[in-house]
Parts: sequence; structure tokens; C-alpha cells
Amino acid sequence: MSSNTKPVLLYGGILLIGIFLPLALPAFQTQISVMWMMVTFALTWDILGGRMGYNSFGNIVFFGVGMYAAASVQHELYFDIGQFEVISDQFNLQLTPDKYLFGLGLGMIIGAVICVALAWVLGSGILRLRGHYFAICTLGLGVAVGELAGTIDYIGAGSGMAAPVFPSAMGSAGLFYSYFFFILVVASFFSLKWLYSTRFGLAINAIRDDEDKAEAMGVHTLRHKTVAWTISAFFLGITGGLFGNMTGFIEPLEVAFPTITFGIFMVAMALLGGKGTLWGPVLGAILFHIIKETTWTYFLGWQWIALGVIIIVNVVFFQQGIMGYLEDKYPHWFGVEVEESNAIDDQAKEATQ
Amino acid sequence: MTNIIEVEGVSKSYGGVVANHKVSMEVPVGRITGLIGPNGSGKTTLFNSVVGYQPIDEGSIKFKGQEISKMNVQQIARLGLLRTFQQTRIYGNMNGVQNMLISVSHRNAAFLDMFKPYPAEMKDKAEHLLEFVGLYQKRKLSAGDLSFGQQKLLEFAMALMNDPEVLLLDEPTAGINPTLINGLLDRLHRANTEFGITLFVIEHNMRVVMNLADNIYCLAHGELLAHGTPDEIQNDQRVIDAYLGAH
Repeated sequence: MSSNTKPVLLYGGILLIGIFLPLALPAFQTQISVMWMMVTFALTWDILGGRMGYNSFGNIVFFGVGMYAAASVQHELYFDIGQFEVISDQFNLQLTPDKYLFGLGLGMIIGAVICVALAWVLGSGILRLRGHYFAICTLGLGVAVGELAGTIDYIGAGSGMAAPVFPSAMGSAGLFYSYFFFILVVASFFSLKWLYSTRFGLAINAIRDDEDKAEAMGVHTLRHKTVAWTISAFFLGITGGLFGNMTGFIEPLEVAFPTITFGIFMVAMALLGGKGTLWGPVLGAILFHIIKETTWTYFLGWQWIALGVIIIVNVVFFQQGIMGYLEDKYPHWFGVEVEESNAIDDQAKEATQ
Repeated sequence: MTNIIEVEGVSKSYGGVVANHKVSMEVPVGRITGLIGPNGSGKTTLFNSVVGYQPIDEGSIKFKGQEISKMNVQQIARLGLLRTFQQTRIYGNMNGVQNMLISVSHRNAAFLDMFKPYPAEMKDKAEHLLEFVGLYQKRKLSAGDLSFGQQKLLEFAMALMNDPEVLLLDEPTAGINPTLINGLLDRLHRANTEFGITLFVIEHNMRVVMNLADNIYCLAHGELLAHGTPDEIQNDQRVIDAYLGAH
């Protein structure tokens, strides 16, 4: 097989899966949507965690902020919030398809912009911390923002808020969202693939390998770190906006800012697949999601233990993850060619003769 | 002869330990200046102060007449004043060419430049410089897999890639196979003459520093002990005493 047909087959195959999987398994459309969402989680976590060496446990903040921002925009556009509160029991957030789509689109865009701005502001401060200090600070941030959201009446405080109802005229919500999430995976994957091929990619790798050295060489380290986080935040903001609408009900701790589920899953998935690799987060997320859903269905009561076992086996025996292992073992699969020669040793020999 | 670096009355203490006390020295442009002294005499401390790695307690440090003692590491590096580390630092998980490309100067980097690819001439330059230090055949290996001596050479090549005006080298020959030292000496000379880079070198190997430098400063106990040509320094009784422990 020539080297040109391989990617075509790979991408073509994935495209076919993206199109036909939700059609073939209509009962699993929500699960498929969540699976693609997990891929976006892992891909965006890997920007900092894998490529830049900054382990963030607070990326979930952008997911939740994007979710609330999108839903708030949708509400502001078409509903009177006062009326909503008075007759909330009977109130039905029905919209025509064009209004629904416009509200969703505008909401996601505004959500993404807010997340980018937030990541810039937070990052300019927090990204000055390194190592454990950065990790623990982001963990605190994730938990704190969740609690904070529970106190804001405008977004329904602790009792949450509803997203507009998916218009029945638009057909199956499951199909709509599984395609939408798939498009998001494709968009984030290719954006990151391109990004890692630019100077930016090398700069964040350099920060991962030795930040002091990068500083000593004059790299704008804080600038690169902040931009990396804003890119993460951009895709997570959109993801949040979509997920809030798919779920229909937004609640601060379990849906919008679930640090101990989605927040930890994004780390575990990237590690499982192989952090710092292009396909690792994709593979890790899909595997993790399938294992998680299988254990939830067939081994209910043991599901957390099963996930714990995966994480332990992963970090004890398999630290580089699946793709990391393969890259080590079969570097030529990944286009890494090494010309072995002993030029230095030859010179040394000459010098001693 | 103009001086590209002017250090004047610089003091630096760590708690009660005085690492540098009112040190003054000048690095003339286009030359090779050596800095010697027994272990713990404050050489690396002075380097750290010059490149902005730590704030100084008092004194002034000027680069091309501009006061830099209040600037941070990255700003100073972007001015064209670069250092290598005593404990060699390279990007271990990246290959040789990548190590070189990321070392391109960020002096005039605009914000959006980070999203550009590397042009072919930069890759050529990277490979050319790897060839210059004798690492061309190893360019696709992870830098972390190179031997210590090779990593030193890579770090030197990375510094050249940055097109600095002044290069501060902290013990460039430490840990290098003695048979390779002559090759490295030759390359240091060529970096000075062919690329026009002013060198300021900390070195313990007396044979190396006497061959390399035009003028040498000697520190002892954080203070400037002597300054002169290699011949003068070699015959200075105070320097000999300092190295033999008479101080």
C-alpha cells in the first residue's frame, strides 16, 4: 500500500463510521454523541497535559462556562426570564427550527468567546505556576467554579436551568447531536494536527521538556502557554454548549462542572491512549468510553472499580499509553527514521590515532 | 575597543552567603573573555546575574550600553545575550532538528508568527549547524538519547542557531571526552571569528582557557582577584594561591 492511500483509507473509514454508526445503532445515538464528546475532551486536554507538560484538572471549567453561556444566550433571545420563573412548571421552551438553530449557533459562539477570554485572564496568572502547583490550582479552580455557579440566580443557582427543547420538526435529536459532535471532533482534530506542525507545536514541546531552557533561549513562554489554554477553552466551550442542549437540563455540579467524572476522565483517556501523540487521545477516549459504558451496563456496582483498575494498570505498567507504546516499538510506522552512524565516535578515533 | 557587557559593582548574597561582592568586569566586543576561579568562587552566580536569572543586590549590568539588571531572562535573551548551562539543558523528547528549530531567535517574533511553519532555509541552517558540530547523522534521534558530550555539542549548536551577539558558556568542555576537546576548541574559535559572536566563557580546564581567551578574569571568594592576559594570569601569584587553597 502506498503511503498516500493509507491516510485516505483511515480518514475515509472514520468518516463512514461517523456517518453510519448513529444510523446503524439508533438506540445508542446519545452514547455515540457522548463518545465523540469524550474524544474532544481528550484531544483538548492533551494540548496542555501531553504536549506542554501542564497537567490541568480544571479544563472542565470551560466546558461548564460554555454550557451556561450558550443556554443563557438562547434564553435571552427568545424567552422572558421573568415569565420563565413564574410558571416554570408548565413553561415549555418550544422553538421553531430556525430559531432553535440560530440560538444554538449564536450561543455556542458567544460561549466559546467567553471561554477564550476567561482562559486568557486565568492563564495569565495560573500558568505562571509549574508542576504540582499548577495541577492543584486548576483542581481547586474546577471545584470552586462549580460551587460558585450554584449561587448565581441568573442561571438558576443550585436548581439549574433548562435548555430549549429540541424542535420535533427537525427529526431525531440523537442523530442531530451525534453528527454535530462528530463534526466537532473532526474540526478539533485537524486544527490540532495543523497547530502541532507549526512553530507553536515545537514551542509547547520545548516548554514541556525544559521550560527554563526555553526561557533562556528567549521563547515567549507565557504567551505560548496562554494561547495553548485558550485553544483548549475554545473547543471545550463549544462542546459544553452542545452538551447542555443535548442533555436539556443544566445543573452546576453534575452536568456543567463535573470534576470527578468528565474532569478526571479527560486526563485518564489521554493517558490511556498515549499523551503527547496525535491519535492517542482519540483512541484512548473511544476505548475508555466503550469500557465505561459496558461496565455500567453489565457490571453495575463494579463500574468504578473497573475504571479504577484501568487507570492503575495504565499508570503502573503502561505509562506511555497505547500510541506511546507503539511509537516506541515501531517508530517507522510514524515516519520516524533514524540514520545510525557514528560520526562522533569516528572523530574520536581519529583524534586518538 | 568597546565593551559589549559592562558589569559594575555587582553584589549578590544568598542569605548570609556573599556569592559576589562588588564585582566589576568588561567583556570587549568581538573577543573571547575567560572567567576562572576555584569552585564556589561565584562564577556561575555572576553569569546568572548577567542573564537575568536572579535579581542582583546592587550594582549595574549593561549590555551595549543598556541597563539590563532589571530585565527578565527572556527579554535579555531576545536582546541577543545568550547562555548555555553548566548542567547541559536540551529538549530531551525532541529530535536534533526540532531542538535546533525551536532555538531560532524570537527577537522580532510577532504574536501571529507562532502559527507559521518553519521555512526551508531555517531547516537548512539547522542541518548546516548540526553538521558544524558533528551531529548531522544524529539529527533524527531524540536529544535525550544522545551522550552527555553530544548533548553539550547540541546545546552549543542551538545557541548558534539563535544568532546571539554574546554567548556566555558555562564550562563548555566539562564532561567532554578529552579527545573531543580540541575539536570543540576549534569550533569555539570559529564561532568567534566566522560568526562574529563575542564569547564569555567559564572554564576550569586551564589548558582550554589559556588557549581560548584573549583576556581572563579570576574570581575568588566572590571577589575579583585578578585580570589580565593568559600569560599574566598564569604567572600571577594570587591566582596560583587561590587555586592551591592559600586563601
